[in-house]
Amino acid sequence: MDLKTLSLLVVGATFVLYIAIAIWAKANSTSEFYVAGKGIPPVLNGMATAADWMSAASFISMAGLIAFLGFTGGAYLMGWTGGYVLMALLLAPYLRKFGKFTVPEFIGDRFYSNTARIVAVISLLVISITYVIGQMRGVGIAFSNILEVKLEIGLLTGMAVVFIYAVFGGMKGITYTQIAQYVIMIFAYTVPAVFITIQLTGVALPQIGLGSTLAGTDTYLLNALDQTLMDLGFAAYTSITGMTMLNMFLLTLALMIGTAGLPHVIIRFFTVPRVRDARKSAGWALVFIGILYTTAPAVGAMAMYNFINTVQPGEIGSPQGNVVIDERPDWMLRWERTGLLQFEDKNNDGRLQYYNDRNPEFAAMAREEFGWEGNEFTRVDRDIMVLANPQIAGLPNWVIALVAAGGIAAALSTAAGLLLAIASAISHDLLKGIFAPRISEKKELLAGRISMGGAILLAGYLGLNPPGFAAEVVALAFGLAAASLFPTLMMGIFMKGMNREGAIAGMLVGLGSTLLYIFLFKGWFFLPGTNMFPDNAQYWLFGINPTGFGVIGAILNFIVAYLVMKVTKAPPEHIQHLVEEVRVPRVSTNP
Amino acid sequence: MTQQESRTAYWRANLRLLTILLSIWFIVSFGFGILLSQPLNNFSFGGYPLGFWFAQQGSMYTFIALIFIYAWRMNVLDRKFDVHED
Repeated sequence: MDLKTLSLLVVGATFVLYIAIAIWAKANSTSEFYVAGKGIPPVLNGMATAADWMSAASFISMAGLIAFLGFTGGAYLMGWTGGYVLMALLLAPYLRKFGKFTVPEFIGDRFYSNTARIVAVISLLVISITYVIGQMRGVGIAFSNILEVKLEIGLLTGMAVVFIYAVFGGMKGITYTQIAQYVIMIFAYTVPAVFITIQLTGVALPQIGLGSTLAGTDTYLLNALDQTLMDLGFAAYTSITGMTMLNMFLLTLALMIGTAGLPHVIIRFFTVPRVRDARKSAGWALVFIGILYTTAPAVGAMAMYNFINTVQPGEIGSPQGNVVIDERPDWMLRWERTGLLQFEDKNNDGRLQYYNDRNPEFAAMAREEFGWEGNEFTRVDRDIMVLANPQIAGLPNWVIALVAAGGIAAALSTAAGLLLAIASAISHDLLKGIFAPRISEKKELLAGRISMGGAILLAGYLGLNPPGFAAEVVALAFGLAAASLFPTLMMGIFMKGMNREGAIAGMLVGLGSTLLYIFLFKGWFFLPGTNMFPDNAQYWLFGINPTGFGVIGAILNFIVAYLVMKVTKAPPEHIQHLVEEVRVPRVSTNP
Repeated sequence: MTQQESRTAYWRANLRLLTILLSIWFIVSFGFGILLSQPLNNFSFGGYPLGFWFAQQGSMYTFIALIFIYAWRMNVLDRKFDVHED
């Protein structure tokens, strides 16, 4: 059977599985639709959270990002996992104790204000919609680049499947599908990683292999990689490159705080039965996430090592040191067809050179001594570092098919979680909470399904007509979550005296300042050419990259909220009482 | 101890635990993984430069341990102050 047929069969089989789960897990009440009836065991919720969390970006792009960044790629690894510590310790157990359905609902009740609730809904929508665009792009990449199916057909099929299980199953259907998606995703990620690690180092575990010697030598893999990169004019893999230490610090912190403030992840902890389950479940979520995240650095470094050694199998500078174009491996041909890999034989020697031609000293030396006329790879998309892995390792076709199914599972599971957050904010917060409080449960459930359907159509539209800024915006969604929702939720729990006025002012300033800073450098509403300043370190305020600005937004949120609270009226008695209730798992009725 | 005093004591114990765990969280990731990473890279852990190991492996293992320690200690506190569920 050829690769394409096999891949389509594997992906098709996973779709049948998701639909079967949907039929089995239909939601019959609003509680089932919004929070899966609060009956998900903590370990399973951990697994669903991991799938909810790990998006197309984690599955397809992260290892490639690390491969090109080297050491500073750690910002993404630490940022996207460290946030769970904040969420587990500062938010999840308390919000579970509060026991309602959505994040804006907590903010509205805690700050006794529909205005606060609406501001929270706006933040949620801005964050979740920008984020969902990235997922749709991920579905598109998986279909068009791995399966070589037309993007439109792939995307519409994906949307139809999500439609079936998310509209009928709500959170309940999404949860059980996410559990299945996690299993597929983690299998698809780790199998190629293990094989590549064995090939390079003879060790099976990627986490150990990355710190091991190359098979049959006593040179450590990371030392060899450092040396090769430096010999080609790049910085060493394990040194700080690509961003300053300040920006690595801020980016890590912004990703952490943002992670903790993402509504579609927080609501996953509303689905477990008890407060203690919410705490434990966060730990399990991070275990399941960690399996992929501790494998990713090995995938990144080894893919980079393999790539360079494919291009430069011989001595650097020797006329026979580089790969002959006509003899390049099959996987290159395959990714050239997708456009993700492009080259140009600049010096017409019939061979390929990959080196750092932006290092003037090295470029000048290479020109004079080696006759190299510039880096000949005009495009090496970071995504192929993961996507091409099974072929580089010479793995059988079913593994390649599995990677396709894994990439689609990663994108669909995250998209479904985001769509539920969007739908519940509309049907529960706006409709039931503010515009039509008297609506019956049955009608609210119907409204929930309709909003879900609408959200899916919107996401599909954005997937088919992706705004050019899609990839960047996902990172910025974290900044917005960090600056708006996280500080407000935290103050709602940890500062009994925080009042309505403070919370609203803080959220608006946090959201506004972060958006403003981003727009100044990236263009108003991301329209190209409308930026006020060039997006580079020379113009950044104190050298702060817009992707790390969420931290400053969060600090401004805290400061403004505190100052406004000081000059306005304290929250009413019953609200202070509510905070005390939220802080304990069970109100002890004994004297 | 009145209920109010007991709750205040429970909350204080909780905040103390948070302070300890979040200090470790900060020191391991931002300290060892970023700020001190370059000097730490002079040491190695197997074939990993130590700072690099903290940034790309060690901090994640630490995070997982921190959450489970938190869940365990909070369960103990819940029982001690009689606010546990079930």
